[in-house]
Amino acid sequence: MADFEVPELKEYPIIPKLKEGVMAHSAPFVAAGKFQTPLGYPEELVDNWKEVAIDKMGELLGKFRSLQVFLDACVHCGACTDKCHYYLGTSDANNMPVARQELLRKVYRRYFTFAGKYFPKLVGAADLTEDVLDEWYSYYHQCSQCRRCSVFCPYGIDTAEITMIARELLNLVGLNVNWVIEPVANCFRFGNHLAIQPHGLVDTLEFMAEDIEEATGIRADIPINKKGAEILFVTPSGDFVADPGIFTCMGYMLLFHELGIDYTWSTYASDGGNFGLFTSHEMMKRLNAKIYADAKRLGVKYSPTIIEATETPPETVGILSTLINT
Amino acid sequence: MSFLTIVYALLFYIATALLVVGVGLKIRQYARTPAPLKIPTTPAPVTRSGVVMRIFREVAFFESLFRSNKWIWVFGYLFHFGMLLVLLRHLRYFTEPVWFWVNWIQPFGKYAAFAMLAGLLGLWARRFLVDRIRYISTPSDHLMLALLVGIAMSGLGMTYLDHTDIVAVKGFLLGLMRFSPQPLPSDPLLLVHLGLVATLMIIFPVSKLLHAPGVFFSPTRNQVDNARERRHLAPWAEQLEAGER
Repeated sequence: MADFEVPELKEYPIIPKLKEGVMAHSAPFVAAGKFQTPLGYPEELVDNWKEVAIDKMGELLGKFRSLQVFLDACVHCGACTDKCHYYLGTSDANNMPVARQELLRKVYRRYFTFAGKYFPKLVGAADLTEDVLDEWYSYYHQCSQCRRCSVFCPYGIDTAEITMIARELLNLVGLNVNWVIEPVANCFRFGNHLAIQPHGLVDTLEFMAEDIEEATGIRADIPINKKGAEILFVTPSGDFVADPGIFTCMGYMLLFHELGIDYTWSTYASDGGNFGLFTSHEMMKRLNAKIYADAKRLGVKYSPTIIEATETPPETVGILSTLINT
Repeated sequence: MSFLTIVYALLFYIATALLVVGVGLKIRQYARTPAPLKIPTTPAPVTRSGVVMRIFREVAFFESLFRSNKWIWVFGYLFHFGMLLVLLRHLRYFTEPVWFWVNWIQPFGKYAAFAMLAGLLGLWARRFLVDRIRYISTPSDHLMLALLVGIAMSGLGMTYLDHTDIVAVKGFLLGLMRFSPQPLPSDPLLLVHLGLVATLMIIFPVSKLLHAPGVFFSPTRNQVDNARERRHLAPWAEQLEAGER
C-alpha cells in the first residue's frame, strides 16, 4: 500500500498538493488467459500489439465524435484539475481528469496529429510503449466514469468517453480486468455470468419452487426451455444466487403462476445482465445475441427485435427482460 | 515592390490558405464523425432551441468555466472578449469605407487590448503558480501564450509608443485582398506583429486552438436530452444491429 493521506472533509474542499505516482501501483487483477482466449483476446501481449492498438484507435476516432473532438479540444486550462474525487482523495497527478485524458491524448498526438508526429516534445506527444500501457491499465481503472469533470469543462470534455475507449484498447491487447472478463467469458460459454451450467440452473429453480411451496403451500410451475411458450423470460443472473436476488426470483415465479402467464426460462441464454458493457459494443451484442437466438429456437410468440421493443406498446414485446443490470 | 513586401504578401496568402483549408477540414471531420450515443451532461436541455441557448451561454459567457473556476474564468474572459473587440476594431484595416459600427467600437477596441493582455498574463501566471496547472502545461502551452502576448504587446506598442504608417498598412492589406500587393512599411514592431499573427494563423488548425470549432461539436453540450423519446442510432450502430458487421 502506498503512503497517502486521507483528507479530512470540510465545508469547502481543500485541494491537496499534487503528488506524482502515489497511485501508480493500483491496478485491477488481470484476467487469466483461460477467460481471455474464448473471447478472442490474446493471453499476453502479442508481437504486433502496438499496431493493433493504434489501428483500433484510428477506427474508434472515426466512430466516436466525442473521442475526436475531446482529444483535439483540450487547452490545459486546469478547470477540471480539482474536480475529480480520485484526485481529491489520492492527490495523484494522473488522477486529475486532464492528466488522465492526457495519457491517451499523448499517444493520439504522436500517431494522428501533425504537431505530435513532427514536434512530439513540444506538444507533449509520446510513443505507445509498455510503460504507457501500464499507466493506462492503472489510471483508466481509477475512474468511476461519473462525468463530474464533464460538467465543469468549458468544452464539455467527458473523461468517461476517453476511459471507455482506452479500456477497449486495453482489451484488445489482452490487458483485461478479471472481474469484467471472467463474467463475460462465462456468459459467452454458459449463458450467464456466474457459469451456472444447464443442470445447475434447473436445480436452482427447482429448489426455489420447493422453498415457495414450503412457505406458501403453492406449487409454482417452472417451465424451462419450453418450445412455443409465449414469453422467454430473462433476468440478471444475480437473481439465481443469494438473497435478496433469489427472493426477487421467487417473486417472479409466484407472479407468473398467479397470472397464468405462458413463459419459459432458458438454460442457453439465462442472463439479462451484460458485462459486455465494460468492454465494447460488439461484445454486448455477442452476449445479447444468445437471447435472440434462443427466442428464435424456442419459437416464443412475438418477434424479438430491439426496434419493436422500443417502439411498440409493451404487450407486443416478446422478451420480458429485466435489464436492470445494464 | 520591395523584397519585404513580397515575403509578407506570400506569408499572408499561405497563412490564410492554411487557416481556411485546415480549419475547414477539421470542421468537416467533426461534422462527419458520428456520435453514436446520447451523452449530454445533465442538467441538459430537452429541446433543440434549449441546446442553441446552452451553446450560446457556453460561447458567450463561458458558463461551465464560470461554475468551475472563477480565476480562470476572469482571465479567460478578459482575454477572449478583449481579443474579440480588438479583432473587430481591426476590421477598419480591411474595409473601405469603414463600416459605421466598426467606428463605434474603435475606442473600446483600443482599450480592450489591455484587457486581452491582462487576461493572457493572468492565465500565464497560473501556469507557473498553481501546481496542478504547472504539471499539465506543455512547452506548446507556454509558447502559445508567448505568441499571443507578443501579438498584443507589439500591437499596443504601435498604438502608444512607435506608430507605423497605418494608412500604408491598410493599403497593403486592401492590396492583398484585391490581389495587387502594395508596399508594406518596414517598421520593426509592425513586422513582428504581422509575423506573429501569420504564425498564429498557420498553427491554428494543428493546435489546441481547435477548441474554437470543437466547442460547437462537443456531444456533451450540443445534444438534446431526448434519448427516451426518440431513438438515437448512428449509421455504424445500425449496421451492427442489423448484423452487417
